[in-house]
Amino acid sequence: MSFFSWAWDWITQPANWHGTGSIPQQLLAHLGYSALPLIIAAVIAIPSGALIGHRGRGATAVINAANAWRAIPTLGLLVLLVVWLGFTPLTWLLPLVVLAVPPILVNTCEGVAGVDPDVRDAARGMGMTAWQQVLRVELPIALPLILVGLRTSAIFVVATATIAAYIGLGGLGRFIIDGLASNAYGPVAGGALLVVILAVLVLALFAGLSWLLVPAGLRGRRRQG
Amino acid sequence: MMWSWIPSNWQLIWQLTRENAYLGVVPALIGLVISLPVGIIAARWRWFYPPVLTVINVIYAVPSLALFIALIPAFGLTDTNVVIALTVFSLCVIVPNVVAGLRSVPDSVRQAATAMGYGPLRRLATVELPLAVPVIIGGLRVGVVSGISLASVGQLIGVSSLGYLFIDGLQRSFPTEIYVGLVLVIVLALACDLVLVAVKRVLTPWAVRS
Repeated sequence: MSFFSWAWDWITQPANWHGTGSIPQQLLAHLGYSALPLIIAAVIAIPSGALIGHRGRGATAVINAANAWRAIPTLGLLVLLVVWLGFTPLTWLLPLVVLAVPPILVNTCEGVAGVDPDVRDAARGMGMTAWQQVLRVELPIALPLILVGLRTSAIFVVATATIAAYIGLGGLGRFIIDGLASNAYGPVAGGALLVVILAVLVLALFAGLSWLLVPAGLRGRRRQG
Repeated sequence: MMWSWIPSNWQLIWQLTRENAYLGVVPALIGLVISLPVGIIAARWRWFYPPVLTVINVIYAVPSLALFIALIPAFGLTDTNVVIALTVFSLCVIVPNVVAGLRSVPDSVRQAATAMGYGPLRRLATVELPLAVPVIIGGLRVGVVSGISLASVGQLIGVSSLGYLFIDGLQRSFPTEIYVGLVLVIVLALACDLVLVAVKRVLTPWAVRS
């Protein structure tokens, strides 16, 4: 049997849709575990990225540091925090925030730093204060890139919340980790397929968001990241 | 931190480091070999690129653990499984850079090569690809670094890597083992990154050095 037939057989069993630890419950839990760290990361990374990008200094350093950040293995970080803190909310929250900050930070920083100097000059020439320049000119122009950063982070977080089931977190990863432990490929494949579907939905959500939020004048020159 | 654990287990540590290096580096190299033709085609025939990019974005959104699991029926709980999964991920970061690198070659350079009598293939091999090297290696660096880090997740389906130290360390509540694993994964990734930076310098002797 192939991956998809295993996954499909398991997902379509009515018993998996009711009671504690059912598919809808774990799906909601997974969304919650993903949304909270993403929001925290955005609150940290968008203002600091905009600040660094606006000043222009230190932008390269931030980008290099964020790339080196990829080397940190999430599984190791999760496990280390369990040993340090035990099973507290911080144990799963911290690694997910740590993962989600760099893509948002780098893209905000690059987006704001990459604003055409002529546009900047025009904004200053119109008498805008530094705040107005950032909020009304630079951030809207950087928005397509910021959304790409948020999308990357959202996908990292959804994926890593799966691994976090290994340290006892709920969510779709539960099916995978418990299935692996009991040698049952059905829930393992089903859980994996649900995570993939969730990740693709996140992609679609961000495609919709960028269509809604990006000013009409900037469409058609979206950069991919 | 129990320092004495390290010398008494160096054989295990060395073996896991080698396995992790293999699982991280080989997929990125296979990924490079596949990405070059795909990227060249996508840069040459523009209509080909948007669909490729959509596929890449969707695949890159697949969690590594889910992909390892999807490959179990075909490849079992083996190294091959992890190598193939990580190759697929490395394609996602290398192909866009091959395309970006080739597109960044100025038209004037291309025209000069044509005027000197270079055919399309010779121009690609001796002018366009060398000029695209820095951007292509940029993608390869991301592929290798994240590959080494992701390889440790393979331990969850039982494929040996430095991830073993994380899982064993958790089960025994023994932080030293986790520290060693974390430090080695990061050092391994940064070492490979430095090697690639050196390769880039050798391949692009004309680049301006600061």
